[in-house]
Amino acid sequence: MELATDTHNGFAVTLRNLEKRFGDFVAVNRVNLDVRKGEIFGFLGPNGAGKSTTIRMLCGILEPTAGSGTVAGFDITRQAEEIKKHIGYMSQRFSLYEDLTVAENIDFYSGIYRIPAARKNARKEWVIEMAGLTEHRNSRTAILSGGWKQRLALGCAILHEPPIIFLDEPTSGVDPISRRNFWDLIYQLAGEGVTVFVTTHYMDEAEYCDRLGLIYRGELIALGTPGELKSRFMAEEVIEVLCDQPQEALEPIEQLAEVKHAALFGRGLHVVAERADDAIPAITARLKELNLPVNRIEQILPSLEDVFVSQIESHDRKEAPQREVAS
Amino acid sequence: MLERLKCMLVKEFIQALRDPRMRFILFVLPVFQTVVFGYAVNTDVRQVATAIYDLDNSQESRELTAQFVKSGYFKVTEYVDRDSQVRELIDRGKVKAAIRMDRGFGAAIRAGRSTPLQIILDGSDSNTAGIVLNYAGKIAARYSEQLQLQQVTRKGGIPMRTGGVELQSRAWFNDNLESRNFYVPAVIANIVMIITMLLSSMAVVREKEIGTMEQIIVTPIRKFEFILGKTIPFVLIGFLDVALITLVAVFWFEVPIRGSLLLLFGATALFLMSSLGFGLFISTISQTQQQAMMSAFFFIFPAMLLSGFAFPIENMPPAVQWLTYANPLRYYIVIIRSIYLKGVGVAVLWPQMLGLAILGGVILSFAVRRFHKTLS
Repeated sequence: MELATDTHNGFAVTLRNLEKRFGDFVAVNRVNLDVRKGEIFGFLGPNGAGKSTTIRMLCGILEPTAGSGTVAGFDITRQAEEIKKHIGYMSQRFSLYEDLTVAENIDFYSGIYRIPAARKNARKEWVIEMAGLTEHRNSRTAILSGGWKQRLALGCAILHEPPIIFLDEPTSGVDPISRRNFWDLIYQLAGEGVTVFVTTHYMDEAEYCDRLGLIYRGELIALGTPGELKSRFMAEEVIEVLCDQPQEALEPIEQLAEVKHAALFGRGLHVVAERADDAIPAITARLKELNLPVNRIEQILPSLEDVFVSQIESHDRKEAPQREVAS
Repeated sequence: MLERLKCMLVKEFIQALRDPRMRFILFVLPVFQTVVFGYAVNTDVRQVATAIYDLDNSQESRELTAQFVKSGYFKVTEYVDRDSQVRELIDRGKVKAAIRMDRGFGAAIRAGRSTPLQIILDGSDSNTAGIVLNYAGKIAARYSEQLQLQQVTRKGGIPMRTGGVELQSRAWFNDNLESRNFYVPAVIANIVMIITMLLSSMAVVREKEIGTMEQIIVTPIRKFEFILGKTIPFVLIGFLDVALITLVAVFWFEVPIRGSLLLLFGATALFLMSSLGFGLFISTISQTQQQAMMSAFFFIFPAMLLSGFAFPIENMPPAVQWLTYANPLRYYIVIIRSIYLKGVGVAVLWPQMLGLAILGGVILSFAVRRFHKTLS
């Protein structure tokens, strides 16, 4: 791989006002983003938020409606075919040929990527080993489990050792152990200097990323490291309340003036408040009145999910009046 | 270029040949269709099931009945004596024709008078009815001629010498007018069209369905490499099917092949441009294999009906006849039949080959232009 290509002021991906419309529907709304070289960048958002659409524009298979961007230093509208030589892409569907064997799938993609003859065999063995398919190299792909297919698909997508990898919900439909192994693999690749751009809607996976972008209704609503998001993007404070009957405690707590929002969380409640110091005594008092014993109540560091929910809610609050004016 | 094309081809062949259903479609179906057309499709009319409705039962009426049987075109399966029976037999399809001779038939003939002979036909099959009528007319005419001759001879006279015209017909290229010779070669055209158009479009759309298309278009493969990789296997399969059907036609059904095999393959190559062009076009407008199949049949049925395969183009209204000039199958069928039966070469067939080349070029370039390496 040419070295010059994957640096554009040190950024693997740069996006400026990127926009994609399908008719009246705005799938991606003026997204600005810079992804540094060698970073694991996570794109977090609910289904239909525009994650896949963005990634497809970056891979040069979907043309943006407006805006611009570069991937590996190439323009996404004018140099799509150049980009394709420098990226690996894997979609949530693990697109393999099920009627071909493991080895035949690898041979096919290594031919398409024109891996030099000298490296071909080494790359093939690397993929087979990495995916743990030594025993199954001559089995048809159709019989493999989800985790195997996932790693084989990743292997086929990075046979040509691209400096940037795009993974679109790579762990959907895969068991937890395979997911964990898959992330080990991603760390390994990132350690070798590969930029990884990954979309997910799993909060725990988002924690593994170096940096995160929160996308909601086509808009990038928050950007930062997981730590930054938890501290900077959370204006309110979060209180965890552990009690025996959280369902019954939920409504009375939400009605308190000091509380903005409460939600069931595991075996307790997460309560969002302007100031935890004011809310804790109020909650304690209210629950005592209702004769609901509290096991523990304390301010905690918000989880990514808290941040995500709070960001979406504040986004909706901002949008709602505008929408009323519009309609 | 060549390396990517090579691995596309390897993949396509593995996929086509590994699937038992595909193997069946590619190799068994063509032979099966040829056999069906060779044995079952027969527009020759012989041994028509016939009822005799003889109310006279005289020597003359039995004589005429014997004449009908002797001709080989009629086979007497029933004797009836009531109108209602005739009706019943034709309704149930037990007979296709009924021959009725009224009381006094023999007496009239003996007295030297004309007498009617009635033939009742099942007109629901208009083609057969027309042919049967024609045969019956000839038999009746010949019998009248015989009667005249007999009467003149019986009266001791010498038959009058009159001038006359006797038709001596000879069907070139197909002496016995066997419909098999007409249909079996043209099966090639149908099979090649169905297999290449349908399967090539489905091969592309299948990749959309299983998601590998998305994976392929993020690779640096070029559009032409992909298109060639998808079409070349079907060119070879098309040639193979031509050879397969020819073998069955020549060695099993003894259909003569008088022209050049090389020319047959050349014409097939020209035809494949149109057929694969349509296949590619269908793949650009379909998202699922089911849609591709429906769209392919949308092309295949009119193409077959307006090709002259079964229904003569000369019988179509002029506007429709003009339409058939835009049908590649029309030219291909003329070429195939001419090579097989007439044994003619490029000197005669060049207009059809030119037609195929022009249509193929237009269709193929239109389809290639529409084909994009992006999601839409």
